[in-house]
Amino acid sequence: MKKQLVIRNESFSFLLERKTLLTTTILAILTFAAFVVSIGTGEMYISPINVIKTLFGAGEKQYELVIETFRLPRILVALLIGAALSVSGSILQGIIRNPLASPDIVGITHGASVAAVGLLTLFPTVSVFWLPPVTLIGAGVVAAIIYLLAWKDGVTPIRLVLIGVGIKEVMAAITSLLVVTSPIYLTPKVQIWITGTVYGSNWENVSVLLPWVILMLILTMMYGRTVNVLQLGDDIAAGVGSPVSRHRLILLFFSVALAGAAIAIGGAISFVGLLGPHIARKLVGPSFGGLLPVSAMVGALIVMLSDLIGRTAFSPLDLPVGIFTSAIGAPFFIYLLFKNRNQ
Amino acid sequence: MIKNLLGSTPLKLGGLFVCLVLLLAGLIGSVIFGVVDTSWHVAIDAYTQFDGSNEHIVIREVRVPRALIAGAVGASLAIAGALLQAMTRNPLADVGIFGINAGASFAIVFGAAVFAMNSLGEFTTLSFIGAALSGVLVYFLGALGREGITPLKLTLAGAAVTAMFSSFTHAILVTNEQALNDVLFWLAGSVAGRKLEMLTGVFPYMLLAWIVAFLMARPINTFMMGEDVAKGLGQRTVLVKALAGLLIVLLSACSVAVSGPIGFIGLVTPHLARYLIGSDTRWVLVYSGFLGAILLLFADILGRFIAMPGEVPIGVMTALMGAPFFIYVVRKGLVRA
Repeated sequence: MKKQLVIRNESFSFLLERKTLLTTTILAILTFAAFVVSIGTGEMYISPINVIKTLFGAGEKQYELVIETFRLPRILVALLIGAALSVSGSILQGIIRNPLASPDIVGITHGASVAAVGLLTLFPTVSVFWLPPVTLIGAGVVAAIIYLLAWKDGVTPIRLVLIGVGIKEVMAAITSLLVVTSPIYLTPKVQIWITGTVYGSNWENVSVLLPWVILMLILTMMYGRTVNVLQLGDDIAAGVGSPVSRHRLILLFFSVALAGAAIAIGGAISFVGLLGPHIARKLVGPSFGGLLPVSAMVGALIVMLSDLIGRTAFSPLDLPVGIFTSAIGAPFFIYLLFKNRNQ
Repeated sequence: MIKNLLGSTPLKLGGLFVCLVLLLAGLIGSVIFGVVDTSWHVAIDAYTQFDGSNEHIVIREVRVPRALIAGAVGASLAIAGALLQAMTRNPLADVGIFGINAGASFAIVFGAAVFAMNSLGEFTTLSFIGAALSGVLVYFLGALGREGITPLKLTLAGAAVTAMFSSFTHAILVTNEQALNDVLFWLAGSVAGRKLEMLTGVFPYMLLAWIVAFLMARPINTFMMGEDVAKGLGQRTVLVKALAGLLIVLLSACSVAVSGPIGFIGLVTPHLARYLIGSDTRWVLVYSGFLGAILLLFADILGRFIAMPGEVPIGVMTALMGAPFFIYVVRKGLVRA
């Protein structure tokens, strides 16, 4: 039996190891299990069998309301946000070639935050319907600013990160200015948004997020091989014929589109974009074709489980999911850095 | 070697004199300008012939403490930044960017929310612990891997640690609305509304740190030639590093305890100082101290006028002024990976 599996045509090219395939399958099963358990847990416990029955339309009436109206949209949103953030982080780490890059480190999240907090504090009467598009635009504009400022006969990954860190500080300053100058009754709302929450997600959120995330995932997948090339370093990538700057820009666009959409719906959930890709790389290695789906699932798992804890552990309090992604993510991240220090 | 403006010692001393004048101007300006405009006559009267009028009270209770705090905090942050840039040989080093401020803030918010601590003494201790913890963490993370410490790794490690502590801080604030209201303005970085006792409580430590930093300038000069060279010349580099680290943590912890996290002062001023007088650490430290105090005083005065009658927190002002400078340094290519 061959150790590798090759999937290749005009626009696709993957080299998957058999081991990766196995890992992916196990992870998919785990994600589904977590999904089902998460749906079943809460104020009213529903057994996994009943959850699956209800999902396929054969459940009892009393479960249908709870699952379909309250829990399912929220958990789907958590899943999609996790996948989007994690993949966004994988792309960034691939093109910047540094395991510490992620949307919340290089300022993309903070740009989105300024847009969202500005909307929440300066126009408190505007419908929350506008929050997602405004946030997405904020993320895009800030990413564009970072890219332009980092441009000097092309963009190097180092400049991109460092400029991002600088811009992040400006954005954080503007955010805190907005918070401090706004009326005090608005601040808790803003704080919750900054921490990140999927509380009160509805089917509308799902219907916006789902097609967008899937489209972006597919496009990213198609561009997977360019990430593999970029990971070798600019010189080698240029040497094997890759238009380095253009590919980097396109991949950056995917990364921002994914992160922006996730933040637009769920707020500034931190550490998923940093942690997800790390764990995924640990599981299947850096080859992007295998990394991407695994990274998406790991991210989905992190956010789903964090939200499960936030919903249930301190009941009746429903704590924002961002608290747990950072409380679990941050120490674990430091541990990972320490463990992989010589790689 | 880049040519600097003030080459000879008399010129440097003259420059110091100019700094002193500017510092005094900043202090006086900070006392007399604001929502309640006063004149320096009134300011002097407030101390010589105190009559209990509103203006006199404003000056004695609000303006003077504020001016002194801005000056002391500015100097401390700038000296911490200069030490950090010298020790890490990293032009982007700053206690804000390296997550030390974020660690100190988190420790204070944590203490205030969980243990209901609220005295300055407790704040200072907490702030010191938080700053030390995050400082060690960033250094440790930045030093991981085979190629050792690089500016890029240190900056990213700082950003990651900042992200971690600030999301912890937000988590506490979300679950504790009372704490949120108490610390919100403080968290943005501000020198307003502090009592003079807050400064006098930490000032001895600050002063001590300034003096020790100055005394250490010579060993640091040696250290800046490279750790191997310094070792070869017989320097106990571990001791120098540990002491410098302690000073940086002490200075930023005192500053954060009094005024909340204020970034970029420690980044900008050492650059200005080096531009003026070259790379001799003794002069860099002295000039950084003065320039930091001056910058923070003027930033504070400016912050009062931009959003009249409201105020822009000084931490926001310094970030808005300092970040473009940071970007300039990056673009100019002073940083090597």
